[in-house]
Amino acid sequence: MEGLLSVSVGTVFWASVAFLCVLVIMKRMAWGPIMSSLKDREEGIANALRQADLAKEEMSRLQASNEDLLREARNERDRILNEAKSMSDKMRNDAVGRSQEEANRIIAKAQAEIENQKQAAITDLKNQVADLSVQLAEVLLKDSLTEEQKQKALNHSLIKEFGSN
Amino acid sequence: MLSVDYFCTAKNGYVMVRLYQILFIIGFLGMTSVAIAQHEGHASEPVAHDQVSVEQPVHANTEAHADTTAHAAHGEAAHGEEHAKEEFKIGEMIMHHISDAHQIHLGGSLYIPLPVIILHEGHLDIFSSSNFYSVNEHGELDYHDYKGYRNHHEMIEFVGENASHDAHGHKVMDFSITKSVFGMMLVIVLMIILFRSVANKYKRNVGKAPSGFQNMIEPFILFVRDDIALPSLGKKKAALYTPFLLTVFFFIWMCNILGLIPFLGGFNITGTLSITLVLAAIVFIITSVSGNKHYWGHIFWPPGVPGFVKVILVPIEFMSIFIKPCVLMIRLTANITAGHIIILAFVGLALMFGQQSPAAGYGVGVGSVLFMAFMYCLEMLVAFLQAYVFTLLAALYFGDATQDHHHEHEHDHEIQHAH
Repeated sequence: MEGLLSVSVGTVFWASVAFLCVLVIMKRMAWGPIMSSLKDREEGIANALRQADLAKEEMSRLQASNEDLLREARNERDRILNEAKSMSDKMRNDAVGRSQEEANRIIAKAQAEIENQKQAAITDLKNQVADLSVQLAEVLLKDSLTEEQKQKALNHSLIKEFGSN
Repeated sequence: MLSVDYFCTAKNGYVMVRLYQILFIIGFLGMTSVAIAQHEGHASEPVAHDQVSVEQPVHANTEAHADTTAHAAHGEAAHGEEHAKEEFKIGEMIMHHISDAHQIHLGGSLYIPLPVIILHEGHLDIFSSSNFYSVNEHGELDYHDYKGYRNHHEMIEFVGENASHDAHGHKVMDFSITKSVFGMMLVIVLMIILFRSVANKYKRNVGKAPSGFQNMIEPFILFVRDDIALPSLGKKKAALYTPFLLTVFFFIWMCNILGLIPFLGGFNITGTLSITLVLAAIVFIITSVSGNKHYWGHIFWPPGVPGFVKVILVPIEFMSIFIKPCVLMIRLTANITAGHIIILAFVGLALMFGQQSPAAGYGVGVGSVLFMAFMYCLEMLVAFLQAYVFTLLAALYFGDATQDHHHEHEHDHEIQHAH
């Protein structure tokens, strides 16, 4: 029993030396690198998780913005289409209006020409009729002037005729 | 070193863990037989016959170990006949095994002498402990004096040249590498080899998952860091004390396990009071050195206590700073020694009954071996548990000494969180 409960100075000495040695050696050689690499790894994992979260967030944000963009593009397309349609309508209407105008103008011009020609023809005819009348009158006068009676009667009728005019 | 490297390079960690489990189980079964073989040499010879009976149930379970023990048993049996009158003293046998010694008894007549270092009257004497004894034909030690020194129940005394047998000598300063000191050095060498390879693995494996032996050690390192140091000390101070706590934890645990490995001479390192005394003293020194104003204030001038209570409280508090490490020391020593005593008691039981009649030896031997196997399992648990308890309490004492008053509640909160 004395061996069990006694404290030996030598053992205490060796135990102190040995334990302090192992403490120093382990701290420098093992615990230092192990703890630091454990810490690095834990930080790495925490970082990776955080980054994954961020990426997820970014992803959803991008998705939302993509949808926005898509919607905007669709709206833009609709707008452009509508614009083009209205523009084409307008252009067609314009063209139709212009051609109508042109036609009207041409018709009016033609009508004016026709009127002119008609007037010219009438004038021409009038002149011819006058000429013919003069010739006729000449003939008639020549004839009638030969006869007093007839001349008188003719004068009379002519005056009557022209007087009524 | 070679095997550690091999384990480290093994790719399949799971298979390795399985392998360890199987090794442990085989180890348990082997220990039962081995424990018997070791005690044979000391236990008086007449029981040697019955030793064989105790071996037999073990033989079925363990192939390699049982063979050697059976051989040993047969050898002893031959001697046993001659010393039939000698009585087996179980108490002596147990005390012999759990006490420190100047040589390692591997079983039978195989002894490893250890260096004896004596400081006597200012000069150092270094010689082998084999000078103190000669091994007789029964595998027992016959002690004799050497250079005037006498090994009196493993206590070295100076009796002078040609002293009579019952002469009383005076104590000398004994710095011998005893069995426990040698075991402790063995553990330290093992620890350094093991953890250096693990640390190198960490350096090599940066950014990769742990593998091999590193994978086996890491849970325990994390256990000490996250379940012992962090809750007791808080995040800021834990980093300072974790290296010490890790060292103490693995040192005690490996010492405990070394004590359970058979065929190594039955080390009882953590059951040696001198060694646990040193561990406890280091805890005491660290606690006292790192004790802040608040810690000492609580001891010498407890706040919020009426004057007359202070008179009672202060001495108690003052004593407690010494009692705490003493309790650490005694708890560890007592637990480990008790475990060894129980296992040895079961061995002794079979031997005692075997002395009465071989049949009783057989009968009790079967039960003894089963109980011993159970106790070995329990002792493996205790080996871990005592290392854990020592480390946890040390961490709590450090936490007490460094605790900041204002953060007490926050600290409690942390502990709850950790659980």
